[in-house]
Amino acid sequence: MSLARRVLLGATAPVLAFAVAALVTTVVIVGAGASPGEFWQVLLSAPEARYYVSIVNSAAVLYLSGLAAAIGFRMNLFNIGVEGQYRVATFAGAVFAGWAVLPGPLNTVAAILVAMAAGAAWAGIAALLRVTRGVSEVISTIMLNAIALSLVAYLLQKVGSREGQTYVTDAIPRSAWVPSIPLIPGEISQVYGLALLALVAGVGFSVLLRRSRFGFDLRATGESESAAVASGVDVKRMVVWAMLLSGALAGLIGMPELFGASHAYGSTIQTGIGFTGIAVALLGRNNAWGIAFAAMVFAYLNQQASPLSIEADISTEIIAVTQGVVVLSVVIVYEVVRRYRVRLEQTEVARALRQQRKEQGVAA
Amino acid sequence: MTEPGASDGPVPAVQLAGIAKRFPGVVANHDVDVEIWPGTVHALVGENGAGKSTLMKILYGVQKPDEGMITVDGGAVTFSSPGDAIACGIGMVFQHFQLADNLTVLENVVLGAERRHGIGAGARREIMRISQVYGFDLDADELVETLGVGERQRVEILKVLYRGARIIILDEPTAVLVPQEVDALFANLRELKREGHTLVFISHKLDEVLAIADEITVLRRGTTVATVPPADVTPHDLAELMVGAELPSPSRGDSTVTDRTVLEVRGLRVEGPSGRVLLDDVDLVIRAGEVLGIAGVEGNGQTELVEAVIGMRPAAAGSVALGGTDVTRWGTRERRAAGVGYIPEDRQRHGLLLGFPLWENRMLGHQTRPPSANGVWLDPAGARADAARIVESYDVRTPGVDTSARSLSGGNQQKFIVGREMSGDPMLLVAAHPTRGVDVGAQAAIWDHIREARRRGLAVLLVSADLDELIGLSDTIRVVLRGRLGDEFDPQDVQPQQLGSAMTGAAADTRG
Repeated sequence: MSLARRVLLGATAPVLAFAVAALVTTVVIVGAGASPGEFWQVLLSAPEARYYVSIVNSAAVLYLSGLAAAIGFRMNLFNIGVEGQYRVATFAGAVFAGWAVLPGPLNTVAAILVAMAAGAAWAGIAALLRVTRGVSEVISTIMLNAIALSLVAYLLQKVGSREGQTYVTDAIPRSAWVPSIPLIPGEISQVYGLALLALVAGVGFSVLLRRSRFGFDLRATGESESAAVASGVDVKRMVVWAMLLSGALAGLIGMPELFGASHAYGSTIQTGIGFTGIAVALLGRNNAWGIAFAAMVFAYLNQQASPLSIEADISTEIIAVTQGVVVLSVVIVYEVVRRYRVRLEQTEVARALRQQRKEQGVAA
Repeated sequence: MTEPGASDGPVPAVQLAGIAKRFPGVVANHDVDVEIWPGTVHALVGENGAGKSTLMKILYGVQKPDEGMITVDGGAVTFSSPGDAIACGIGMVFQHFQLADNLTVLENVVLGAERRHGIGAGARREIMRISQVYGFDLDADELVETLGVGERQRVEILKVLYRGARIIILDEPTAVLVPQEVDALFANLRELKREGHTLVFISHKLDEVLAIADEITVLRRGTTVATVPPADVTPHDLAELMVGAELPSPSRGDSTVTDRTVLEVRGLRVEGPSGRVLLDDVDLVIRAGEVLGIAGVEGNGQTELVEAVIGMRPAAAGSVALGGTDVTRWGTRERRAAGVGYIPEDRQRHGLLLGFPLWENRMLGHQTRPPSANGVWLDPAGARADAARIVESYDVRTPGVDTSARSLSGGNQQKFIVGREMSGDPMLLVAAHPTRGVDVGAQAAIWDHIREARRRGLAVLLVSADLDELIGLSDTIRVVLRGRLGDEFDPQDVQPQQLGSAMTGAAADTRG
């Protein structure tokens, strides 16, 4: 395939997908009796400068969540439990940091590691069930989500202290806080320092999958388990490792906010990020760049939800509909384009072979 | 020959004329001509990859032919879906049962055909009627999960009859059955025939085909090569028709067998998931420079033998030693890293990552060492260069190493796999049907490569259904029958007939 054609095909899919998504969303809005003109005007108008900060913060967190889901997806392992792993991990990290057994930044680093370990351990339960008892990880992780919520709520009452109607863990000492990054000078709200974790995780994800033997085994297992087994991949071990990695990444999701804003685990913890991450991973086609783009789209749409109800009097729920439509159309359009590409490649191979044969015929 | 649609004389129940079906880069069927007469059992035989399944998918409406004509009872038809085929009275019993375990026989039969007789008493009456007429002995209210394999198959046939089929395609129906069940199935089939049904029986078990069929059509390399009455042919004749005489005969050259043992298998026993013995008491030794050929009718344990040697199946008993080291407990990865090349039977399922480019496929099975990897990191540049080398020296027809494995034709995929498995100087090559489905030129090239490697001291475990290939390449041939390895044959003076009898278990009769 010529380079130009490849680039063109590569660009076709996202453009087409968003066109379809826009069309469907418009139909939904008209169906709901709202004005699509106002909707698009609000949605596409640039947010105020200070909102960029919250878009970046939210995108960083969604990116981590997307990566956590994607690493399993790459080997057809469906970790639906990112949400539970994230809760357990954030709680464990907050409690550990609150104890302040280590001084200053050392406490921060250790707490992050504790959170990753807790996330990995929680995911590890599902992995063990899968490889020893054959329990589908979809079922077990969903159930573990429910258990995680109750467990954390229970433990929070045990170790936390009452604050009004709710409980919070001990505050993390100031020395362990991570300073924010002043992205926009003069603004009060700033980008979480640990948003940089998303960058590190993204690079790590990419290098691991594309450059390491482990990544090859993981991708090979996802493409064809039977071929991977014949090549010597121990699939059970891969399931365990992929699940642990996924859980460890899920453990990072809560860190930017914990060390940048809330400084304790309490009722203010964001809910649903783990589930949104699944959609982000799908939209991002499970690759590092795609997920980054997807996280920004989701963060942007979330941000635009509030002006929507204020300025255009359209229910904010329409944003969730839009996000869903975007994911669906991307999945469908990419599959259609992929099939087209496979066909194109096959005819091209056939043509190249005919050409070769003809040349050989002439030579002979 | 009867003209289709001619008013005088009988017309075939099904006639396929000049059927061709191409997939990009592959011709699955061409010039297929078959006439299937009403009230007969018509067998379709051919090797894996000969085009049987594509042809049946065409007849059942799953695939549309690119060329050719299908007539049913003298009238031309076009099927765009199995629904159309069912409407014409054609039904298919798949090799892999399509039944819901947690539903009853009645529910399974009615599912998707609710309009015929409803889902209540009418349906039950009809099911009991069919069951009685053909001696199926099925209880409409029994759960399918409690049924044995033979009974499940009868449910499948019942499903097809319930939908009004008069022409029934059975795809390798005996593959899953034990001998007694085969007898019972054949009794059912004869009953169906007596009631005027037409049966298309797909198989590669020649003795069964000869036992049940009224006519046999042989497919080879996508086309029909002959239609013969069973009375006029022996299993050997059929095998020859299936394999073909036009193949270039491999010649072995001088013996290169050394006295250095590479693979030693002792008392190997392999069991299936339910404890069924698939392979028992297998002893074999392969020395450097030796090709040991394993002959056998498919399904007698050769797949299990290969998978046990490569480490994909655990040994229930016995040992496997490689170059003097006991590797019985080793996994596939360790064994491959120790120098075992593997050409799998099913290249698409076990040998390739179809969606990956060729250069990444170069790494598959060789992830642990150069040129694919350095330590824990991949070496894309090394893999690309070596993939290009394979493409060049094994004449893999591809625009480049970035092309996905899926886009290559079967023969070129196979050449790439052979090239990959020969690289890195393996000490043992486990080759299952290394030239199945490849064209004649590629076949000769693959044989040359195997012979060349053998000269350099490679030990080869060769499993093949192609007797010419076995005789031409092997230094020793052994026959596998019902999970046990039989006598050794010297390919220098063995006749294909002798092998054929040993393969079907008739050896004692012919020799004694």
